[in-house]
Amino acid sequence: MAILECNGLSKSYGKTAALEDVSFSIEPGRIVGLLGPNGSGKTTLIKLANGLLTPTAGKIEICNETPGPDTRAVVSYLPERTSIPTWMTARQLLDFYEDFYEDFRRDAAEEMLAHLNIAPGQSIRQMSKGTREKVQLIVVMSRAAQLYLLDEPIGGVDPATRDYILSTIIGNYDPQAAVVISTHLIADVEKVLDEVIFLDRGKVVLRSGVDDIRENKGMSVDELFREVFRC
Amino acid sequence: MKWYFSNDAPIYAQLIGQIRRGIVSGVFPPGERLPSVRELATEAGVNPNTMQRAMAELERDGLVYSQRTAGRFVTEDRGRIDDFRRRLAAEHVRRFLEDMEQLGFSRGEILSLLPQATRKEGDAHGDPGM
Repeated sequence: MAILECNGLSKSYGKTAALEDVSFSIEPGRIVGLLGPNGSGKTTLIKLANGLLTPTAGKIEICNETPGPDTRAVVSYLPERTSIPTWMTARQLLDFYEDFYEDFRRDAAEEMLAHLNIAPGQSIRQMSKGTREKVQLIVVMSRAAQLYLLDEPIGGVDPATRDYILSTIIGNYDPQAAVVISTHLIADVEKVLDEVIFLDRGKVVLRSGVDDIRENKGMSVDELFREVFRC
Repeated sequence: MKWYFSNDAPIYAQLIGQIRRGIVSGVFPPGERLPSVRELATEAGVNPNTMQRAMAELERDGLVYSQRTAGRFVTEDRGRIDDFRRRLAAEHVRRFLEDMEQLGFSRGEILSLLPQATRKEGDAHGDPGM
């Protein structure tokens, strides 16, 4: 059974088409890169998968269900912008997640906080932007979800933290779950991915395995991206 | 172990190359239990399925074997490891000769350079040259 499936999926904002006739499916155990330049529809696709937007045409399903409260219980979502409540401490945030999500693994979250030297008693308001991003990623990755939707997880952080985030994604690998990572920092993530989906102006222009690209084209995904999307 | 990846080859093939080299050079000694696929993937910063694919290939080579419950081990067959050591050496020599020919050296010249280089290495230890 596919974890995420789109069929003829389209989304328009007024007259502007953000996604046009997008079809693909993602199987369990896959880590997939959703790649494309700014404005190609990556965030729109992720919001549709979360039920934050509704399709103009076509359908999107998570484990054969239309996005809604039931699918949200199995989808762990990292939004583009940090959205954790700043008045809480890290510990209160863990309490909140533990209450809210049945699949929340508190021990995993505490371990990651300790590993990054983030004091559980510190209030989120007092944290730097980078630390807030880390805390949000920690709670997102601490759920035993079926689908992780990570919208630009490594955008705003330093290279060392980037490595930590990627190794967290690898270390949390679950053959029953799928991970979708949207990003334009391709060189950093491509080794972590099974396959990539290139989006260009709302359309899927390429779907391929990372090693298939390297094998057939003799270049990295990053190099291929630069070629496909040359300005 | 330090992992390094280039852009022009599949990642699984590069993993195979580096693990083979690790086995041949003794970083992973004969008979030793290997870390799990997930641990190795995390260490190398690669996709776990890609690491799994590399391991399957190394099993076909006979360099590693898995035991259903205990995990995956480096072969104890030193003859097999030595086979791969020689294959790697042949590959290095071939590449060296190619590079030297590109620089315009004849086989004869190359052969005369080698004793000089090995002698120098004997005199001055820690020579920064190649």
